[in-house]
Amino acid sequence: MNTVPSIQNDAALDRELKGLIADVLGLPAEQAAVFEADSGLFGHLPELDSMAVAGLLTEMEDRFGIVIEDDDVDGEMLETYGGLFAFAKAKLGTA
Amino acid sequence: MISTWTLADPDGNSSEELLVAFDRGRDMRVLISPAWFDEANKLRRFTIEVMRRLEKAGIDSFLPDLPGCNDSLAPLESQTLAGWRAAMNDAADRFGATHVLGIRAGALLAPVHLPGWHYASQSGTKLLRAMLRARTISAREAGREEKAEALLTLGRSEGLTLGGWPLGAALIRELECAEPLQADGHSEIAQSVLGGPGLWLRAEPDEDAAQADALAAIIAGTGA
Repeated sequence: MNTVPSIQNDAALDRELKGLIADVLGLPAEQAAVFEADSGLFGHLPELDSMAVAGLLTEMEDRFGIVIEDDDVDGEMLETYGGLFAFAKAKLGTA
Repeated sequence: MISTWTLADPDGNSSEELLVAFDRGRDMRVLISPAWFDEANKLRRFTIEVMRRLEKAGIDSFLPDLPGCNDSLAPLESQTLAGWRAAMNDAADRFGATHVLGIRAGALLAPVHLPGWHYASQSGTKLLRAMLRARTISAREAGREEKAEALLTLGRSEGLTLGGWPLGAALIRELECAEPLQADGHSEIAQSVLGGPGLWLRAEPDEDAAQADALAAIIAGTGA
């Protein structure tokens, strides 16, 4: 039902992940586009509350074709953009 | 435009539910199977906006409440997927629907004998997974540790409240393996076709005129 984009490299993942965050949180695309590895997410973006985290993870599963378990979710992966990127990259690598 | 419809439940009782309809007896009559739970609230205005556009395009449309949903007086925890499917089939017959538009999880109930569309359809499995995740994350925020698998086991036998929605054990068991019923005449409309992010993702109910235009145009046969 959802098309899984072919994510060939880090640049493609970066683009997809920023687009996904902007879609889920309703952020302007330009705000997400300037995220750096140390840009704060959970606890820093007022839009990212616990319900939005659930939506974000579910959307990542849909768009990237990955499965995220309860135990995968920790503070580190959600704290910064770099943490989330590294998590998504690792998941895609083992999918 | 706003009226009610009456459906018979499996026990032979009848219940009266809300109906929003644009009915001028025209040839094309679209039954709308709306999104569920929290997404129903997020997408309600969008859904009605699509109906207004269909009205202008000369198409009748019908948006019935299901028992246990929206303004219904029936308890949600006693509803089942099979019961909702029967209710939607009943609605299709009653309104003389010629087409169906299933929105998100509403696609799970789209009558297979009608041609139509599934807009950004969602399987029961994914719906449950997202609702369980929201519950475990908010529990963690409150300092409690809950496991999705343990919650699901409990839900299968006793029912479970997810995101404030009390779901019965039967509905949870049915949702675990529920997929949209893909009939020959049904086509999927992906969110990307509407040119923006899905409004169910917003923290508050919202609307988007361009997306409503795009969805209505596809149904009216004038869009992509």
